[in-house]
Amino acid sequence: MINTGDILETIKMIESQNLDVRTITLSLSLFDCIDSSPNEVTKKVYSKIMRFAENLVPVGNRLSDELGIPIVNKRISVTPISLIGAASGNFLGLAETLQNVANKTGVDFIGGYSALVHKGMTKADERFIETIPEALSSTNNVCSSVNVASTKSGINMDAVAKMGDIIKKTAELTSTRDAIGCAKLVVFANAVEDNPFMAGAFTGPGEGEATINVGVSGPGVVAAVLKKMKGASVTEIAEEIKRTAFKITRAGQLVGTKAAELLNAEFGIVDLSLAPTPAVGDSVAEILELIGLSEVGGHGTTAALALLNDAVKKGGVMASSMVGGLSGAFIPVSEDSGMISAAKSGTLSLAKLEAMTAVCSVGLDMIAIPGKTPAETISAIIADECAIGVVNNKTTAVRLIPVPGKDVGDEVSFGGLLGSAPIMPVSEANASMFIKRGGIIPAPLHSLKN
Amino acid sequence: MKAIVTVLGKDKVGIIADIAIIMKNFGINICDISQTLMQEYFTMIMMVDLKEASIDYSELKEKLGEEGKKIGVEIRIQHQDLFDAMHRI
Repeated sequence: MINTGDILETIKMIESQNLDVRTITLSLSLFDCIDSSPNEVTKKVYSKIMRFAENLVPVGNRLSDELGIPIVNKRISVTPISLIGAASGNFLGLAETLQNVANKTGVDFIGGYSALVHKGMTKADERFIETIPEALSSTNNVCSSVNVASTKSGINMDAVAKMGDIIKKTAELTSTRDAIGCAKLVVFANAVEDNPFMAGAFTGPGEGEATINVGVSGPGVVAAVLKKMKGASVTEIAEEIKRTAFKITRAGQLVGTKAAELLNAEFGIVDLSLAPTPAVGDSVAEILELIGLSEVGGHGTTAALALLNDAVKKGGVMASSMVGGLSGAFIPVSEDSGMISAAKSGTLSLAKLEAMTAVCSVGLDMIAIPGKTPAETISAIIADECAIGVVNNKTTAVRLIPVPGKDVGDEVSFGGLLGSAPIMPVSEANASMFIKRGGIIPAPLHSLKN
Repeated sequence: MKAIVTVLGKDKVGIIADIAIIMKNFGINICDISQTLMQEYFTMIMMVDLKEASIDYSELKEKLGEEGKKIGVEIRIQHQDLFDAMHRI
C-alpha cells in the first residue's frame, strides 16, 4: 500500500493548502460549422458544442467526487469566432450562441471570442473586433482575446491602437459593473493555441477536433513547503519547488486523462501555471515573500519570481506526458491577496509588474487603472508588453481594467475568482503620437542577441 | 476500483469496527489497513476494493461522511489513482 505519510500529505494539500485543479477546459474546433448563412452558423455551432460538452460539468463533478480533489472550473474554448463568423458576419449572434451554450451546459467560462491579427487584419477581423465591447457587455461567461503580435511577424501597431479603443469602449459599456467586461478581454503577444486558462483560452487553428486541457493550481502548497525552509539556500528552495510542482502536476495529468476518456476527447496538455485565487493562503505573492522579500514589488522580486517560475516548469515537465498552455507563475493583481495588499501599500507598481512579466507567465493581468486613462496610453502599455513578449520569444498579455469614474485611491470588486483591486496609477506622459503612427514594428532579429 | 479510506480524529473505542461493518454490509473487501496514534489523534488508512460493492460510490461517500459525524471523526474516501499519481513515478 502507499505510504501513510504520502496519503496524509495529499489530504493536507487539499484540505488546508488549497490544492485544486483550477480547470478542465474542453478545446473544440468549430471549423466544420462555418456557414455563410447567419442562422445556420449559429445552429451548427450550438449543436456541435453541445454534442461534445453536454457532459463536461457532470464529468468534472464526478471526477472531483471520486478523487476527492476540487475541480474548480469547467470551461470550453473554441476556434476564434473571427474565423468561424467571417463568412456570415454574424459575430454577435455567435456570442449569444456561446452564452446559450454556457447556460445550458453550466460551464464557468467559454473562451474563443477571439481574433489573430498579429500580422494584419482582414476586413472581417476589423468588423469582428468592433463587436467585442457589445459581445462582452451582453454576455456573462464569454471571454475574448486578440493576438496582436508575434516573434515571427512583429507587432501590429494598427491592432494595438485599435485595442486601446476597444478596451475603453468595453469599460464604458460595463461601467455599472466596475467595467467587468474588461476582465474578460485579453490582448496577447505570442498567444498559445492550447491555453486552458481564461480569459485568453481559444482553440488554435492547429489544434485537433476535441481535446481536454488542464490547468492546475497550488500556490498554497508551494507556500506551505517554503514555510518549513527557514535558512535554506535558494538552490534548496528551487529543488523543493520542483518536487512540489511535480506532485501538483501529476494530479492535473490524472484528472485530464480521466476526463478525456469520459468525454470521448483526446487528452491535450497540462498547463503548469501556478494560478492564485483571492483566498488567503493561495497567493503567488506570498511565495515570493516566503523566499525572502518583505513585500512583493520591492527589489529582488523579479529574481525570486524567475526562480519560482523556472522551478515550477522543471518539476512539472517530468510529471506530465504533454505540457503546454501558458505554463508559468501567474501574477494577476486582483486575484492574489498578496499582490492586492502590495499594490495598496504602493510597493507594487505597474513598472515593476512589467519587469516581472519578462520572467514569468503571463503579463499585466487584472490591473485596475483610472477610468480617465486615454485609449492611446492603454495602447502604449500593450505595445510595451508586446515588445517584451516578442523580443524574449514568450507569451505576454495585457488585461487592464480602466474603471469609469474611478481614480487612484478607489477600489473595485469583481467577486469570485476575479477578486478585487485598488486602482493603480498610470504614467501621465503622452504616447499618442507613437500610437497614431500605425504600421508594424518589424519582427526582431534572432542573432546578435544582447 | 480500489479506493483509500482515511479516518482522522480523536481516538475512541470501536472506530475500526464501525467502519468495517459498513464495508461488510455493502460487500466491500478491505485489502489493507494501517493505523497510528499520534498523541490522542487517531489516523487510520484503509484500502478497499469496490469491485463487488452493492452500493454506488457517491452513496458510500455520503454514508461514510454521516458515520464520521456520528462517531466524531473525519472519514474520507478517494480513488487510489490520485495517490499513485502524486507519489509514484
